[in-house]
Amino acid sequence: MVAHLLPLAVRGAEVNRQGHRLLGPIDLDITPQGILVIIGPNGSGKTTMLRMLHGLDPLESGSLTWAVDENQARLRQSFVFQSPIMLRRTVLSNLTYPLMLRGEGSRRAKVRATAFAGRFQLEQFLPMSAGSLSGGEQQKLALARALISKPDIIFLDEPCANLDGRATREIESLLQETNSSGTKIVLSTHDLGQARRLADQVVFLLNGCVHEIADSATFFAEPKSRAATQFLAGDIIT
Amino acid sequence: MNDLIGGFREAGFLLVSLDRDLLTITLRSLYVSLTAVVIASCIGIPIGAWLALTRLAGRRYVIAGVNGLMGLPPVVVGLLVYILFSRAGPLGVLGLLYTPTVMIIAQMIIATPLIISISHQGIREIWDDYRDLLLSLNATKWQRMGTLIRDGRYALLIASLAGFGRAIGEVGAIMIVGGNIDQATRVLTTAIALETSKGNFAFALGLGFILIILAVAVNMVIHGLVRTERTALW
Repeated sequence: MVAHLLPLAVRGAEVNRQGHRLLGPIDLDITPQGILVIIGPNGSGKTTMLRMLHGLDPLESGSLTWAVDENQARLRQSFVFQSPIMLRRTVLSNLTYPLMLRGEGSRRAKVRATAFAGRFQLEQFLPMSAGSLSGGEQQKLALARALISKPDIIFLDEPCANLDGRATREIESLLQETNSSGTKIVLSTHDLGQARRLADQVVFLLNGCVHEIADSATFFAEPKSRAATQFLAGDIIT
Repeated sequence: MNDLIGGFREAGFLLVSLDRDLLTITLRSLYVSLTAVVIASCIGIPIGAWLALTRLAGRRYVIAGVNGLMGLPPVVVGLLVYILFSRAGPLGVLGLLYTPTVMIIAQMIIATPLIISISHQGIREIWDDYRDLLLSLNATKWQRMGTLIRDGRYALLIASLAGFGRAIGEVGAIMIVGGNIDQATRVLTTAIALETSKGNFAFALGLGFILIILAVAVNMVIHGLVRTERTALW
């Protein structure tokens, strides 16, 4: 039995860029269960926090401690970017790419990718170039590509930011299904409706710091801080 | 104007008659330039990719230097290669002066900086798009380079074709190192220079048109082989 990647303990984590503190210090524990949603106003550090957790933005200070060693941890997590990054290849090649990076043979990777595409209703697009897909389809492909290597945790940066209602519903449904099958979901969103629909736990960020952290029902019913109350009421906060 | 019309007529005649000397010169031109470009691409593309992906101190100066070398005067390259391979030169013992091999070396030197520079630019643009994804997927440095070269192949093709364009149209260096020897090192450009100096403008123009046709044909064949522009999107 392979040990789960989580829990992740974040202690005193800070991210700086060009001498300015973008994030932190952050203290947070991410458990294996449920969907964790990060919310906050623009510029609060949602994207930076996700990138920091995934290792894309280096820590200035503090630590991230996974339940397994760091090399293992890096291989067992995925990231979906706000604007999906499509390889300049076919949909099938985009799906086989993570598998082939990990040494899987081309034929086997194609078989797996073709089977996996069905789950995301992408089969009919497999021979098409990824760049020709619509925004919603590209985001589904990015999600499928992130999940094909069966990560323990997936980070999503506002995955539905540019999508219409139908595409958003499809992505949300896939995320819930993914979470039910045991993959931890950590996503940022500025859409409070989406946060209400998906979150088991909410992290409210403000000015690069965790301002409030609570289970979803508690946070939306009785936010503790004034800033969170104002944010939920739709007020502009700084 | 008469020379121009005469040039068209001469080119048509040379093409229709399949003149044996012309065929030999054309094939030699192709052999020298294509070989030089293949070698220059093998050197230039990995260096361009490496420069795009590697953070090293003074990288911008290296890139500026390579870009500057794109304008290497072929005559100077020819002179340097001549000195290197002349009998008294350090590589004179190889006996390569006035052979197609030394012409390939000279053209390779001329084309390489151009290929490095265009490759670097092409790979850099794709790297900007792919960076986060490849880091997120834990691609190793070699895997990243392989991915960028594969997905940037059209940009790299353009780099190689630009190198070919520079090589096939070059005359100064190969005139010096090749010597424009009939049946040995004469190529289209040196033949044009010779015919012009003899006052055979129509014939020189005819050769010039054939050179243009050749350059365009090679571009089209290569584009056809790698199937560019088959679809509106990649």
